[in-house]
Amino acid sequence: MWTYMKMLEYPVNIKCTNAKLAMAIMSQLGGPDGEKGAATRYLSQRYAMTDNRVIGALTDIGTEELGHEELVSTIITQLTKNLTMKEIEDSGFYQYYVDHTIGIWPQAASGTPFSVTTLQSTGDPITDLHEDMAAEQKARLTYDNILRLCKDEPDVYDAIKFLREREMVHYQRFGESLRLIQDDLDSKNFYAFNSAFDKKATCL
Amino acid sequence: MENMCKEDLFKLIQSTNFAIIELAMYLDTHPHCSCALETYHEYHRTFKKAVSIYEDRFEPITIYGVNSDDYWTWGNEPWPWQKECDC
Repeated sequence: MWTYMKMLEYPVNIKCTNAKLAMAIMSQLGGPDGEKGAATRYLSQRYAMTDNRVIGALTDIGTEELGHEELVSTIITQLTKNLTMKEIEDSGFYQYYVDHTIGIWPQAASGTPFSVTTLQSTGDPITDLHEDMAAEQKARLTYDNILRLCKDEPDVYDAIKFLREREMVHYQRFGESLRLIQDDLDSKNFYAFNSAFDKKATCL
Repeated sequence: MENMCKEDLFKLIQSTNFAIIELAMYLDTHPHCSCALETYHEYHRTFKKAVSIYEDRFEPITIYGVNSDDYWTWGNEPWPWQKECDC
């Protein structure tokens, strides 16, 4: 069960509009390594996890990702507020504008709609946690790519930097989660079987 | 409320929480309905008290309700889908 808190996890106050930058940052809402995918991935994977501490980590990180959807959406909204028609036409924003005006719709910077085909929930704790660690790194490098694009926009830079740091913290927590799961398994072969499905290792 | 068993207290939290959700949704579109607002306050008082007693005596319901000084008890009790009773 979830409840909503009427505040952002980190303050965002962007004064200058920038449609081009909004198009790039949109990827972190609905792109292949965006926050919506992260939240969906972690909150879905919880049910097959075999360690209650790891379920706690997936719950809390997944919940934070929901908060990040709101943070990224706020950045996009503030970057597109009061855009003139000329700014829309001159930036790459005009294609998005046709379908969504300046509303929020989850898509990648390329225009590809958000899709759960970018994520997995395999029902295998070790496999899922490896995916989660990779996902945090992919999100981190996407934020790095965005940071290079917003060096001249200090308000945007500051919020993106916060989001980037959170990816690194989550990566650390998932690494520890993987260790917690592995501690319960045979250290000679962690990957012999699906620890959430097979009762014991099959003879391999 | 102080003497209720764990299951009854949990059911009280669950039902008052649902009442609050339902009332909040109604009040979103009827913000001046004093009758619904009064009912909201009633349920909210019961909910806050029940949660505080439950988290003191049993387990945290949110990450803001961990009362243990010894260690982090968030993962102690079963997660909702692991419970065998109907609560």
